[in-house]
Amino acid sequence: MQPPSFDQRHLLGIEPLHPHEITAILDLAETYVALNRQTEKHSDALAGLTQVNMFFENSTRTQASFELAGKRLGADVMNMAMQASSIKKGETLIDTAMTLNAMHPDLLVVRHPHSGAVDLLAQKVHCAVLNAGDGRHEHPTQALLDALTIRRAKGRLHRLNIAICGDIAHSRVARSNLILLGKMENRIRLIGPPTLVPQQFAEFGAEIYDDMREGLKDVDVVMMLRLQKERMDGGFIPSEREYFYRYGLDADKLALAKPDAIVMHPGPMNRGVEIDGTIADDIKRSVIQEQVEMGVAVRMAAMDLLARNLRRARQAEAR
Amino acid sequence: MTTLLHNARLIDPELGTDAPGSLLIAQGRILARLAGQQDTTAILAAHGLAAADVTLVDCNGKCLAPGIVDIGVKVCEPGERHKESYKSAGLAAAAGGVTTIVTRPDTTPCIDSPETLEFVTRRAQADAPVNVLPMAALTKGRAGREMTEIRFLMDAGAVAFTDCDHVVTDTKVFSRALTYAKSCGALVMAHPQDPGLSAGAAATSGKFAALRGLPSVSPMAERMGLDRDIALLEMTGAKYHADQITTARALPALERAKANGLDITAGTSIHHLTLNELDVADYRTFFKVKPPLRSEEDRLAVVEALRDGVIDVISSMHTPQDEESKRLPFEEAAAGAVALETLLPAAMRLYHAELLDLPTLFRALSLNPAKRLGLASGRLAEGAPADLVLFDPDVPFVLDRFALQSKSKNTPFDTQRMQGRVLATYVAGRPVFAQRKA
Repeated sequence: MQPPSFDQRHLLGIEPLHPHEITAILDLAETYVALNRQTEKHSDALAGLTQVNMFFENSTRTQASFELAGKRLGADVMNMAMQASSIKKGETLIDTAMTLNAMHPDLLVVRHPHSGAVDLLAQKVHCAVLNAGDGRHEHPTQALLDALTIRRAKGRLHRLNIAICGDIAHSRVARSNLILLGKMENRIRLIGPPTLVPQQFAEFGAEIYDDMREGLKDVDVVMMLRLQKERMDGGFIPSEREYFYRYGLDADKLALAKPDAIVMHPGPMNRGVEIDGTIADDIKRSVIQEQVEMGVAVRMAAMDLLARNLRRARQAEAR
Repeated sequence: MTTLLHNARLIDPELGTDAPGSLLIAQGRILARLAGQQDTTAILAAHGLAAADVTLVDCNGKCLAPGIVDIGVKVCEPGERHKESYKSAGLAAAAGGVTTIVTRPDTTPCIDSPETLEFVTRRAQADAPVNVLPMAALTKGRAGREMTEIRFLMDAGAVAFTDCDHVVTDTKVFSRALTYAKSCGALVMAHPQDPGLSAGAAATSGKFAALRGLPSVSPMAERMGLDRDIALLEMTGAKYHADQITTARALPALERAKANGLDITAGTSIHHLTLNELDVADYRTFFKVKPPLRSEEDRLAVVEALRDGVIDVISSMHTPQDEESKRLPFEEAAAGAVALETLLPAAMRLYHAELLDLPTLFRALSLNPAKRLGLASGRLAEGAPADLVLFDPDVPFVLDRFALQSKSKNTPFDTQRMQGRVLATYVAGRPVFAQRKA
């Protein structure tokens, strides 16, 4: 087995990562979990570097998490709310990249409503790019923070039965998780109404269930997804209440999973639509709060590793 | 002027032959077709010609085939001349061995009245070195509500009627347009696709689209569109051409419709014959075409259908797009690729892969489209127009998109290794292109 090392210029998705690179990020993130729990939370891993958060799509949680991660590591962090500015004025993504290059950022965190847009931007800028979610494609830091949460709760990140439930079709979180958990050799079940679960995912080795009770039997981890109402063209499900009846996580359905199964949700939750409020708040089962905590640590680790590679590459260039 | 193209390898799609021979051309037509390798003086003597009156062209054993008749070329006049003009499209066609371009009406504004058609025809005659035959819109504004003046447009030179990638969704409107077109003897070209199912799609549904998170359309949408059109053909008896059949699931219906005696033909694009969905790789927008690239199984099924004659025509579906409309996230990027100049080299991939022989390829590139439009070209028969392409099927090269004649450079074949190059193109016996000696 290769020792954990991380050899990437960008973090555009989970797909290009090797399992040992995933482990490298998670191992480093563990140290940042410890740091974040101290009163003095500062490190200077990113001191002198400029981090730009560009969000072409609304986000509070992810953006705050990246901002905090950057600040704790000593970077100069700037937030650009792109949905409000230049694209409204007709600037193309490439022009935005050119403008950015002139500002010499070192780390660029991007969220965009279209799949592949972050890849496109990464081809044109001179800094390390982190994908904070592109369309329905990938959301790598979410999958990494989920992985860290699972590893801490279960003591391992392999040979687990993991159910991902809900709106798989429109979810980049589901894609990144499916790829990551697959790479780490887990059994993955996708649960949801067939209108929201593309059958092609069976080709990635996932088992597909449209009966949630069947699908939850003996799983170690239950990952719920947000029912992304804003992504719906309309007509994927008959109503929210019927959805909750068939696919909402309640105590009854959860009882079919292993007794020590954990419940996860990337947030923000729709209580009473995909998850019963009491389950979300049950500290014995729900690790939803922990996921948020791991989010900051994982993002610190990812940016730290990318910054190391960036510094190394620039030194090599200067020589 | 009389020209003797001798020492050639004649690719004759009509006879299905690939054999040595020579062509004697005069007054824009093929005067005589001679089999085997004959002495040039003997040929001239047999036709009572003096050597001084004849231009001799030694083909050096390279392939001489009827020039390509390309149905569905987009020239961006009027409206977007910066993407492609009649001059640049004409030069690109000549460089690609395309002797007749059949243009699409999806310009801005679209070609839906005799007046715009006359403008286009005038521009084409002034600027293009190859034959240009325009198609006109089937409905006004390609909006699918009222039919265009089909008779007047035919009188002004329209050879077929199509709303291009706009599907006429209202079946009542479409059936009336088909019925009316039939009374005029007009050919209607349609884009078989279920518009509801394919709305917003940028890829074909499957493992690749799922992984890339792209909005996708089931390949079934093409079959549904074709099934609907076939039902309307049974109803109206119109003359119909499907612009692009690209999926295996649509083929049985097409075959059945032909067997039932409907007046139906079908084309496919060179991109769907030579590329598949995986070529999109990391969201490469030059590979975004409409309909989207399909699976490898579909591609092979379409190649087979072409060999068996179920699919009749290969088109370039030449669609120029400027850099700005392509340098965008995949979903937002414009669809389409330029292909006039890459049509023949790309088609040679099928020949070198031993999937199709040269006469079969030229049946789909030249003979069938000419036949469908009632043209005398597309053949090597005596008396046929001397629209010809001389090419070397074997010469390798690496494609540089900036070397293309087209104003737009959006080709998926950029930097790819190709094999097969046009050496010379003749339109009505006149050389319109000659490859510079390397």
